Amino acid sequence: MTILDVQNIEKHFGETKVLQDISFTLEEGQALAIIGSSGSGKTTLLRCLNFLERPDQGRILVRGETLFDAADPATQREDQVRRKRLHFGLVFQSFNLFPQYTALENVTLAKELLAQESPDYKADKKRIHEEIRAEGRALLAEMGLQDRMDHYPHQLSGGQQQRVAIARALALKPDILCFDEPTSALDPELTGEVLRVIRGLAEQHTTMVIVTHEMAFARDVADQVVFMDGGTIVEQGSPDQVISHPREERTRQFLSRYFQG
Amino acid sequence: MFFTSQEFQTVAAALNSGFLKTLQIFFITLIGALPLGLVISFGSMSRFAPLRWLTRMVVWAVRGTPLVLQIIALYYVPGMKDLFTWPSGETGRMTAVCVAFVINYACYFSEIYRAGIQGVPVGQQEAGLVLGMTRRQIFFKVTLLQMVKRIVPPMSNEIITLVKDTSLARVIALQEVIWMGESFMKGNQGYSGLVWPLFFTAVYYLVFTGVVTVLLDRLEKKLGYFR
Repeated sequence: MTILDVQNIEKHFGETKVLQDISFTLEEGQALAIIGSSGSGKTTLLRCLNFLERPDQGRILVRGETLFDAADPATQREDQVRRKRLHFGLVFQSFNLFPQYTALENVTLAKELLAQESPDYKADKKRIHEEIRAEGRALLAEMGLQDRMDHYPHQLSGGQQQRVAIARALALKPDILCFDEPTSALDPELTGEVLRVIRGLAEQHTTMVIVTHEMAFARDVADQVVFMDGGTIVEQGSPDQVISHPREERTRQFLSRYFQG
Repeated sequence: MFFTSQEFQTVAAALNSGFLKTLQIFFITLIGALPLGLVISFGSMSRFAPLRWLTRMVVWAVRGTPLVLQIIALYYVPGMKDLFTWPSGETGRMTAVCVAFVINYACYFSEIYRAGIQGVPVGQQEAGLVLGMTRRQIFFKVTLLQMVKRIVPPMSNEIITLVKDTSLARVIALQEVIWMGESFMKGNQGYSGLVWPLFFTAVYYLVFTGVVTVLLDRLEKKLGYFR
């Protein structure tokens, strides 16, 4: 089943066209890798999906529901955007953990704030609170962080911080989990632990959009690959098509730089 | 012994009453300027350009002129121009001084707040947004404490300066501790030509700034649990 349908997204920053005619679909339970050089618009695309940027053209549909339509202001109201964001999770390149909270609190904070809005919160405060904490602990344990739950971000390595950030995004059970170059800010010896976690999520059929520079990883994990250049999609298809047997000259040039080292 | 002499007792009692006014100015200024500064900082960061520029002009004017001048102007000009009159005597002087101090310090604080707010990485706000938090929740649950941590050191500086700036109130003859100390040179309660009371006021300031420093250091340490 098609879970994400992106249609003709366009985005300008002033005079500069950052995204042009971006369209793709994603099936539930699949992983999409977006590759391309810096400045090709990959990050902006992710930010559009998470409503951190507003596209100037195009539509975004999740499970057939139009979440965003540039032509329809009714889909852009601030109070609704907040709810719509919850369809997506985003893991940032620079983690962006909340420094004043422990790993566990980072994971549970947003969920607890959301729970406070539900009508039966007052009556059931204690139980809801305990449930959320138990879920948070389970998520962190899944990330291999069972003995780091009460650590503050500055007491954790970069790889551990990014795993907390992944748990934090998963806590809200988004339909689609997005990663913005999740290992680019990490020392090389720490990328493995984060990639392993993402690989594990792919094996559990988590729907994901992953912007990455790790070509070998993209080839192994992704069901679908999009190559972007200059704000457009140059080529898309299976990893075997795009990464192993690219048809477009620009894709070949880009990949040859990676695989020659 | 000197500390039990009549002279010391009289002077100390006078200085104490002067210092009480010093404390009054200090605390009223903090209570008024800390929240007002936050409001001004929001004005100076407003997305509505005219408000932003107006606020920044006011801050520039207030920070760009001496506090002494502001106290004098605020105390005398309204009466001279028949705008309004301050209550007579010490009450009026105290009110005028406090208004001048609150405005002046609010402007200084606003710049500290602004730097504190803008210093919190934008990624913190974005992380909150993608987790479905409201802007209000992001401010109170995420940004505020990080901002407080950032502003404590510059704020400490400003607060220590405030302790000593209270002495500027003497320019309109408000009887704070320096004014009192000086009065014993000119003549007060039968004493005149005494120089030591003026210098002795330093002890009050040192003790007070000492206490303030310890308290603010403690706050800074308390916020040291995160980075």
